[in-house]
Amino acid sequence: MILFIIRRLVMTVFLLILVSMITFAIFFLVPRLAGQSAYQLAAQYVGRNPIPSEIRAVEVKLGLNAPLYLQYGRYLKGIVFGVHYSNGTDVSYCPFPCFGYSFRNQQPVWPQLISDAPVTLSLAIGAAVLWLTGGVAIGVLSALRRGTFFDRFSMGVALAGVSLPVFFTGLISLELFSYKWPIFPNVHYVAITSNPLLWARNLVLPWITLAFLYAALYARLTRAGMLETMGEDYIRTARAKGLPERVVVVKHGLRAALTPIVTIFGLDLGLLLGGAILTETTFSLPGLGQFTILAIQNQDLPEILGVVMLASFFIVIANLVVDILYAVVDPRVRH
Amino acid sequence: MARWPRDAASPERGEGVTTEAAQAAAARPANTGHSGTLLEVQDLRIHFPTDDGLVKAVDGLTFTLDRGRTLGIVGESGSGKSVTSLGILGLHRGSSARITGEIWLDGENLVAADSDRVRQLRGSKMAMIFQDPLSALHPYYTVGQQISEAYLIHNKVGKKAALQHAIDLLNRVGIPQPATRVNDYPHQFSGGMRQRAMIAMALSCDPELLIADEPTTALDVTVQAQILDLISDLQEEYGSAVIIITHDLGVVAELADDVLVMYAGRSAEYGTAEDIFDRPGHPYTWGLLGSMPRLSAARTERLMPIKGTPPSLINVPPGCPFHPRCGYTGLTSGLSDTEVPELREVAPGHLVACHLSAGQQRQIWAEQIKVKL
Repeated sequence: MILFIIRRLVMTVFLLILVSMITFAIFFLVPRLAGQSAYQLAAQYVGRNPIPSEIRAVEVKLGLNAPLYLQYGRYLKGIVFGVHYSNGTDVSYCPFPCFGYSFRNQQPVWPQLISDAPVTLSLAIGAAVLWLTGGVAIGVLSALRRGTFFDRFSMGVALAGVSLPVFFTGLISLELFSYKWPIFPNVHYVAITSNPLLWARNLVLPWITLAFLYAALYARLTRAGMLETMGEDYIRTARAKGLPERVVVVKHGLRAALTPIVTIFGLDLGLLLGGAILTETTFSLPGLGQFTILAIQNQDLPEILGVVMLASFFIVIANLVVDILYAVVDPRVRH
Repeated sequence: MARWPRDAASPERGEGVTTEAAQAAAARPANTGHSGTLLEVQDLRIHFPTDDGLVKAVDGLTFTLDRGRTLGIVGESGSGKSVTSLGILGLHRGSSARITGEIWLDGENLVAADSDRVRQLRGSKMAMIFQDPLSALHPYYTVGQQISEAYLIHNKVGKKAALQHAIDLLNRVGIPQPATRVNDYPHQFSGGMRQRAMIAMALSCDPELLIADEPTTALDVTVQAQILDLISDLQEEYGSAVIIITHDLGVVAELADDVLVMYAGRSAEYGTAEDIFDRPGHPYTWGLLGSMPRLSAARTERLMPIKGTPPSLINVPPGCPFHPRCGYTGLTSGLSDTEVPELREVAPGHLVACHLSAGQQRQIWAEQIKVKL
């Protein structure tokens, strides 16, 4: 088992390096292949309506005329040690871990990411708890009561949940529960460190909105999984042993049905941690999703590069966790 | 049919009965010892409503099983063998199945008993060995966990004691190094070992009734013999009554004291193994025996398969369900097309559901069938 984890960790490190190469290539190699000069490329790092001297400065600072492998080396060095961007007269310092320097905002990208990440983390994890428990519970009950009113009703709601976009359900919930009946008035992000109660209260609507979408998906997945496993021979064996039905369902049925759910859950959570763009925008939560939107609107390439790296990091780590969980859940993977 | 106990509740039952089985059945309510009837199935019907119609998987089945005896239930696929065994264990509860009739296990009617009572009996008083041990064992739990699970449910013991019990059982069923193998998962076992583990699981609460549903079908031939030996050894040791469900007459010949031949959800013939193999009375049984390859036969001799296919259980042919495939309907003056044959006793303890007279059966068997086998 430990060997398995070590093997996965080594592979993950390689995967992260590969991801950084590909991301770097997208931002630095592709424009070059498309025939952009270093000056044109530098222009994109400065923001909108730059003056030529600014662009020149960035071109020199980033070393855009150097060979690509040197640029990549410098980029990696920045992540590990930090880097000084200098054009002789003016020095911009980007400390460890340097995931890029926004020349537009005159500051490194990493601290911004760090300050926005807790918002996304709060949103994603809270919603994940809700949708996992809710979705799985509804899925199991639906499978056990297959064909009843409960099954049809909850699957109908689930269909709506999957189909309705977050900005629709989010705005409706805001309209209803924040304005018409102000149960959750004045929804804005409050750090958990400053006021945990307010933090939770203000996140209830975003949590439910986001969880509704995913719970619907998970309810359907769980229902399908349970219907399949409850028909397996080992369920009949469990019943033949004289186990109470509750034990048969939970210990034997759900346990087996959960394996694919765990996989998808890890990936969904990893994806969300990189920024829940729609939900964050709908509820004006200053998380990584908002950060991404702003970076794109401002054409701030270092910021985009940084957030892409962070998001891919989350997804790779989520994959690692899923792989390990898989081995924990399914002994056949372990041996 | 008069001699076959029909109504377990009626006080006259057993009157004028001459067969041993029925006599034992009559004494059943008072019987708590280790002899006499353990299981008595009366006019059992298990029907499944489907979109295409009512599937009469079991339709009026009656048999008894004494303690310490082995009953072989044989028949083609779809003859209702497995449905019967699952019905005895009460595993159709919660499904759409409609079950009528009576299943008496040691003085308790399982059809009428409430679900919780049947659940308590499952795994403790009656246990089952399934056909494919790989799919019948849970892939996520160790063999030890799965064996001790049943023991924990039915006995007030700790986890440690239950695991020790599982190790003892694995040792008893012939798993080498049981103390370490108990922590293995099913996929780490070979096919034969899995079936041994399955048997250990079934034996964990020392059941009085053990049902083995095609216990060797999924196994290699060499392993099959070992498993059959194991089952008969354990039966002697534990004194359980055993039902072996199979389509393999070789298995029946090896293990069974009594044989029940099922066709279209009913019993076609019931008797001792000698009755069935040496003087069978039902044309269907003749067909089964004729379909069995024998080493003693010359290689030029062809097998004699039964013509046609088993009937649909939704539209069972009127009259004798076997008549469309039977070669002797001409001798019954049309009776087999219209009337369902009842089980008749052709010799003490030997019952046949056929319109042919006992004399005709004996004659055809001796003159036309036996000589060709």
